Amino acid sequence: MSEAVEPPPHTVLVKRHALATRITHWINVIAFLLMLFSGLAIFNAHPALYWGQKTDFDHPWLAMTATPKPDGKLSGHLQLGKTSIPTTGLLGASAGADGKPEARGFPRWLTLPGYKSLADGRRWHFFFAWLLVLNGLAYLIFGVLNRHLKRDFTVTRADIESIPHEIVTHAQLKFPKGEEARHYNVLQKLAYLSVIFVAFPILILAGLTLSPQLDATFHLPDIFFGRQSARSIHFIAAWTIVAFLFVHLFMVVASGTWNNIRSMITGKYAIETEGDGDEH
Amino acid sequence: MSTERRAFLGGALALASASILAGCDKIAMNPGVNKVLGSVQGLNRRLQRLFWAPHTMAREYRKQDISAWFKPNGAVAPDSPQAYEYSPEYHTLAANGFKDWRLVVDGLVDHPLSLSLDDLRAMAARTQITRHDCVEGWSCIGQWSGVQLARVLSAAKLKSNAKYVVFHCADVWDKDADGKPTQRYYESLGLDDAVHPQTILAYDMNGQPLPVPHGAPLRLRVERQLGYKHAKYLMRIEAVESFAHIGQGGGGYWEDNGYEWYAGI
Repeated sequence: MSEAVEPPPHTVLVKRHALATRITHWINVIAFLLMLFSGLAIFNAHPALYWGQKTDFDHPWLAMTATPKPDGKLSGHLQLGKTSIPTTGLLGASAGADGKPEARGFPRWLTLPGYKSLADGRRWHFFFAWLLVLNGLAYLIFGVLNRHLKRDFTVTRADIESIPHEIVTHAQLKFPKGEEARHYNVLQKLAYLSVIFVAFPILILAGLTLSPQLDATFHLPDIFFGRQSARSIHFIAAWTIVAFLFVHLFMVVASGTWNNIRSMITGKYAIETEGDGDEH
Repeated sequence: MSTERRAFLGGALALASASILAGCDKIAMNPGVNKVLGSVQGLNRRLQRLFWAPHTMAREYRKQDISAWFKPNGAVAPDSPQAYEYSPEYHTLAANGFKDWRLVVDGLVDHPLSLSLDDLRAMAARTQITRHDCVEGWSCIGQWSGVQLARVLSAAKLKSNAKYVVFHCADVWDKDADGKPTQRYYESLGLDDAVHPQTILAYDMNGQPLPVPHGAPLRLRVERQLGYKHAKYLMRIEAVESFAHIGQGGGGYWEDNGYEWYAGI
């Protein structure tokens, strides 16, 4: 065994992710990020959110505002209910395309396009919506056909019983080794299941609710207690997925950056075995 | 090696994100890119219309659902010399309570019409309480009364080659260096939307004559589509085979500025 090219003897490379999982994962990364950034550009056209069927302009539950200061500069605020948080440079007011501060909800480095254009933001959003949805469907179809969903996501009784233990070890950033690392642990299963089967479906359905034609056909606002509520829920679901994304990236780094990235590119995942690794 | 690899990955990521940010707007402004992105528009319209019942009705609400304040948007004061959208002709018509205003219906029709407000009010009316969804994201609920466009079009009798109806408005949106209007607001509909029962030419809002900010004396209501399709300050309805020769050919003022002609999304 040549030590220069082979992994050290106590680790083995196991097949972790199927090709279909890897391809749909990376397409989803691109589609979701472009949907997020173009969605924020669309939000910027009216950077305020409401509950109910119609807009009560005086009572947004969230708003990003820009107010001129005595020196003529703009000060940006995030309004949450009656609370006003100064956010100049980030939310409400930040540098425009010419570098000068302008009134805008999210800053230009978070919007697609960076310049102010609702029309262009909508075009990006409605194009990549197709990629996001078709890719998601492909993932689910492959997941059923190659038994990925059933094999990797079934929550067993043992899983449920291990929840307290998993919470403690996750908090200590201690991750399963050896045989246990071959499978998703219960917290991983629950996190992925809630993103795939709860957050994304709510995000997509709430987005479709914003279409007046689909509302006429399916009465979608009734599901979300009104069109303005649906717009709020669409926004919250998107940021919930962003929050998942940050936790996901943190866990990738904490449990072995390169090993995790490799497993999502080549499919191979290294696990440490007990003993001296005769297995391979 | 692991450290080098990490440094390389970190550097590559930083470089990639910097060039993405710098390149994004260049890509976003590229006409070819926009053409590709816009190519799904037709697909979206056909899917929404062909597969999901073209004749569905927009939801109608109760009186108590009506918005306390309905936000007027776009042009709101074509009667005011201070406003960009100012139209002296409209100012004169408004000053006289629109007694001399006429709605012209022409183009590909057998019987061109010129209708006064009284003529329109004498026709069978439809009243509907509907939700107005602005492309910006907000919604208001209002009550609209008026004549179904289908009735006006059948009185004018469309020629068989008429495919669209174009709405010409009074409000000014572009001017030349001398301040002369070069583009007024306009919109267009396919015949499927034009003859939909909820597509009306509204002269009353919430039981009162339409106020100027909302499009007096007559505006279009085309429920199931976004606010910018609901042209205000109507002056003329023209039946055409194609709208390629009007404005910049997009079928409406906002369509000429990058928005979708089909505003059902």
